[in-house]
Amino acid sequence: MTWVNSVVQGVMLGGVYALLACGLSLMFGVMRIINLAHGDIAVLGAYLVWVVTTHAGVSPFVALIAVLPVMLLVGYVLQVVLLSRSLKGGQLVPLLTTFGLAVVIQNSLLQIFSPDVHSLGPYVGGLATASWRVTSQISIPLLGVLVLVVAAGVLGGLQLLLRRTSYGRQMRATAQDPDTAALVGVNAGRVYAGATALAVATATLAGTFLAIRSTFDPTSGSTQLIFAFEAVVIGGLGSLWGTLWGGIALGVAQSVGAHIDPQYAVLAGNLVFLIVLASPRGRAIAGGVTR
Amino acid sequence: MSLLEVDRLEAGYGLLQAVRGISLTLDEGERVALVGANGAGKTTLLRSIAGAHPVAGGSLHFDGIDVTHVPAHRRVRQGIALVPEGRRLFPDLTVEENLQVAATGGRPGQWNLRTVLDAFPILGPLRRQRASTLSGGQQQTAAIARALMTNPRLLLLDEVSLGLAPVAVETVYDSLGQLTAAGTTMILVEQDLTRALAFTDRVLCLLEGQVVLEGQAGSVTREQVTAAYFGLDQKAGPR
Repeated sequence: MTWVNSVVQGVMLGGVYALLACGLSLMFGVMRIINLAHGDIAVLGAYLVWVVTTHAGVSPFVALIAVLPVMLLVGYVLQVVLLSRSLKGGQLVPLLTTFGLAVVIQNSLLQIFSPDVHSLGPYVGGLATASWRVTSQISIPLLGVLVLVVAAGVLGGLQLLLRRTSYGRQMRATAQDPDTAALVGVNAGRVYAGATALAVATATLAGTFLAIRSTFDPTSGSTQLIFAFEAVVIGGLGSLWGTLWGGIALGVAQSVGAHIDPQYAVLAGNLVFLIVLASPRGRAIAGGVTR
Repeated sequence: MSLLEVDRLEAGYGLLQAVRGISLTLDEGERVALVGANGAGKTTLLRSIAGAHPVAGGSLHFDGIDVTHVPAHRRVRQGIALVPEGRRLFPDLTVEENLQVAATGGRPGQWNLRTVLDAFPILGPLRRQRASTLSGGQQQTAAIARALMTNPRLLLLDEVSLGLAPVAVETVYDSLGQLTAAGTTMILVEQDLTRALAFTDRVLCLLEGQVVLEGQAGSVTREQVTAAYFGLDQKAGPR
């Protein structure tokens, strides 16, 4: 029965990974930018929420309402000022730019906030530890359910935006053929800025949930980035629902791995990732990227 | 005032100069055919007018406004639309979505989803299909329809009959005929000389990035165009 429990915990963990991965997936899908700073942006978002929470004495969820619009704007400006210029330099330049950005964010956080470890868990009251006890060995954490619901809501919302709205159509058209999109009147720069704004906002959401669930410090971003990458690849590039399943698969693998022995948690997740990468679909992804 | 004024336009790819000082004026309602061999600069000229290719020298005025360095998406709003060579529909979008994308960036006007689907009845049953599943002729019709959704004042058509079955070419030109009736200003790149001369008011023949022959469609002969096309009279001239 404890096995079932670790699967349940894994599904909840997968929700966080999916939330973090969808922004990564969006930016790659629309602009072919691999954003190496995505994890650090999530941590930056968590710090902002932490600052608002501790200074204003409000719940992190209230703080999030204030921080999300700021991060949308940060994403928009980041695209217009930095990434749009680097995009003109070919495929490698945006990769290097985001790598540099990751270093800058990490070190700035270190400078401002010191290497101390923080957590938003204590600020959400009983939510961090509350759970429904189904049997003596299976319990469903309230926070996990909340994360999963938010992840499904965000991914579903993004899917609706892409499929049903005029802005989403422009985004898909630009992703497929930016040259022709401009010829039918689509302002690619604005579409790209919107995509980055959304990616940064979803990263902030994911960072906040990670910070509530566990702890964070200025260097937490890179580990989370790797998990987000794995979730995207396991779920299949370019598919938002795939990203949710990928996140859940990774979360379950880590959780079950940890159940066998705590030191196997990350290893088990990496193994699932490698198995998917070695499968025919994984080879197609690798081939598609190098082409 | 003329709708389009191209003045000594130059454009190229690195060291290769594809358009070498072409000048051209176009009045509202006029239809001009561009002919010339492969590599004569026809496509580059059209793409430069549409803003999809950077201009290296000279100037472009549209409706009296200097648009030489205006990005493509803003030229669409001013009323320039290009139907690119090879159709270039968005493959994973449905036909209807392809049309709707173009509606958001264009000008207001008589063309909208309903009127376009009325004008191109073959698209009606295909509207929910992904563009990549269409035949060549259907794709070409959809590409023209998509350009119309922006309500252009100047329509640039690049090789609309390239790679199509003869029957499909007829369908495409039938739909273009409707636009002629509506008085749409057009520049047409066409390899089929007979069709080009029959469909337009004026013909320009390009050779190595320059205009080597210009005349009213009624007054130039096939022989003159053929000579200009291959650069025969140029070589004969100086000797």
